[in-house]
Amino acid sequence: MAFSANQKTGQSDHSGPSAKHLAPMTLTTLQKQPWIGAAAAAVFVFAFFAYFAGSTGFLTAGGTAGWLNTAAELGIIAIPIGLLMISGEFDLSTGSVVGAASIIVAVTVTFLGQPIALGILIALAMGVLVGLFNALLVYRTRVPSFIVTLATNFIVAGTALALSRLVTGSSTLSLRDTGWAEFAFAARWNQMYISIIWWVLAAALAAWVLRATPFGNWIYATGGNKDAARRAGVPIWWVTQVLYVWTGVSAAFVGAMTAIQFNQGNAVAGQGYVFETAIAAVIGGVLLTGGFGSVFGIVCGTIIYGIISVGLFYTGWPTDWAQTFIGALLVIAVLANNAIRNAAMQSKKGKS
Amino acid sequence: MAQQPLLTLKSVSKSYSGVQALSDVSIETFAGEVHCLLGDNGAGKSTLIKTMSGVVHPTSGDIMWEGQPVTLDSPKEAQELGIGTVHQDVGLIPMMSVARNFFLANEPTRGWGPFKRIDMSQANGVSIDAIRAMGISRDIDPDQVVGTMSGGEKQAIAIARAVHFGAKFLILGEPTAALGVHESEVVINLIERTKQRGTGILLITHNPTHALAVGDRFTVLTQGRVVDQFKRGERDQIMDLMAGGRRLAAAE
Repeated sequence: MAFSANQKTGQSDHSGPSAKHLAPMTLTTLQKQPWIGAAAAAVFVFAFFAYFAGSTGFLTAGGTAGWLNTAAELGIIAIPIGLLMISGEFDLSTGSVVGAASIIVAVTVTFLGQPIALGILIALAMGVLVGLFNALLVYRTRVPSFIVTLATNFIVAGTALALSRLVTGSSTLSLRDTGWAEFAFAARWNQMYISIIWWVLAAALAAWVLRATPFGNWIYATGGNKDAARRAGVPIWWVTQVLYVWTGVSAAFVGAMTAIQFNQGNAVAGQGYVFETAIAAVIGGVLLTGGFGSVFGIVCGTIIYGIISVGLFYTGWPTDWAQTFIGALLVIAVLANNAIRNAAMQSKKGKS
Repeated sequence: MAQQPLLTLKSVSKSYSGVQALSDVSIETFAGEVHCLLGDNGAGKSTLIKTMSGVVHPTSGDIMWEGQPVTLDSPKEAQELGIGTVHQDVGLIPMMSVARNFFLANEPTRGWGPFKRIDMSQANGVSIDAIRAMGISRDIDPDQVVGTMSGGEKQAIAIARAVHFGAKFLILGEPTAALGVHESEVVINLIERTKQRGTGILLITHNPTHALAVGDRFTVLTQGRVVDQFKRGERDQIMDLMAGGRRLAAAE
């Protein structure tokens, strides 16, 4: 990819339009299909672990369920996180929303004796509120969303923990007899959780919105060049708002779902999602600076994350290396994404 | 030629907290004509564009559109009247395709309710036809990302988009400033073509050669004042233009 980018460097506007048209096919394809790199990497990572851990259980139903379950829970949040990043913003508050949602469901059912539906509803409403709060802070203050949502993460996490202790005397609370919700959110088939189906639904919805609807067009435009998007008439505030709420609700959904799966609400759970979701999106080909990415790419990035974190366990190698793998992959992904972006920008003169 | 002017400024002045950016500027523009606005940096060109495109209000003076006095309260209001603006940076999203850029915030849709989706085949067809009508001869792929296209082609997309969405009058801000010789020529041809299709154009430029290539009327601005204003052929052009824009000549 970097090679293709270099090939184009040096062409300037005195080369005729016909010369421009001979731009390398690979580059053009990558620009149109942001998921190709991530899909290839996912296949490679899968083949790698199939080779080194295939005989030790990676390819069994249990092994497959392992990485799919991990990917599904991560993926439900990583998808809207990816859309937000395409629109040029971050959200680092998802971890606290997961924990808060899980303790809200447990407190509602176990402590207050209310129906599970009410607990889930309150949890999702909390997700909406956190999303709106983030959107408002980001949009009004114009402070980078990276820092604003990091602050939200601490505020929500601290509040969830303090309130949980205050009300129940503990940061965790058991959650049993969840009735219909047990099937909807914790059903299992060959060790595979129903969360995989929720993940597929979330991905299908997001892919539809991003590729096929005007709103998807606005997401790309907002992240690609905010000023130009505003001048063209894109309602930036609406885009920001919808995406933050989408992210908040998705995080709350995962929080409620994991509470039901584990039969326990935990106010401090979920902090792992803060960076894992962003990492999955970037490995999936989403540009850190916004304007470029695809849902299928994010799904592939999430699969890669799931395979590495579970696959390493089956190789028998020390699993301490998992983060090293992910980190190395992240560097490669960021460099590749930037190469594609630079190639797309290089013929642009003047202000960018 | 008793032609009705398109956009007219009458004795327009604008001051920003005491600093006079424009004083007593009058300009007439006509459909199918290119009015060139020349001036050095700080001469008041950008304030003039902002006044014409509804970004700022004049402190005094009148704006007329097709003979009627108007107040332009926002760029959107100006756009709805038919005043389009293409900035030097062309306002396109580099990582998005030609068709998606063309229809940004005006996406054609088909389907119903939650299944409403962008009609990509219509978007592709219409955008390519509109760009081709600008005289771009190369086969353009509606899927190509705009960032990989040449400066002239980007200007073509931006101008075609403005005209397609109803601009009768186009303000072009320094369209050739960042371009090489060949691409500048492409843009000059674009302007010529747009003018022939009946659109009125205000061309802001630093470059007298480019102005003379397409201009019908000329206004030279120095320190917020009109120091010269004439029609094509009224002067021994280059010399007078330079003499009128002394600061511009000095900068060469």
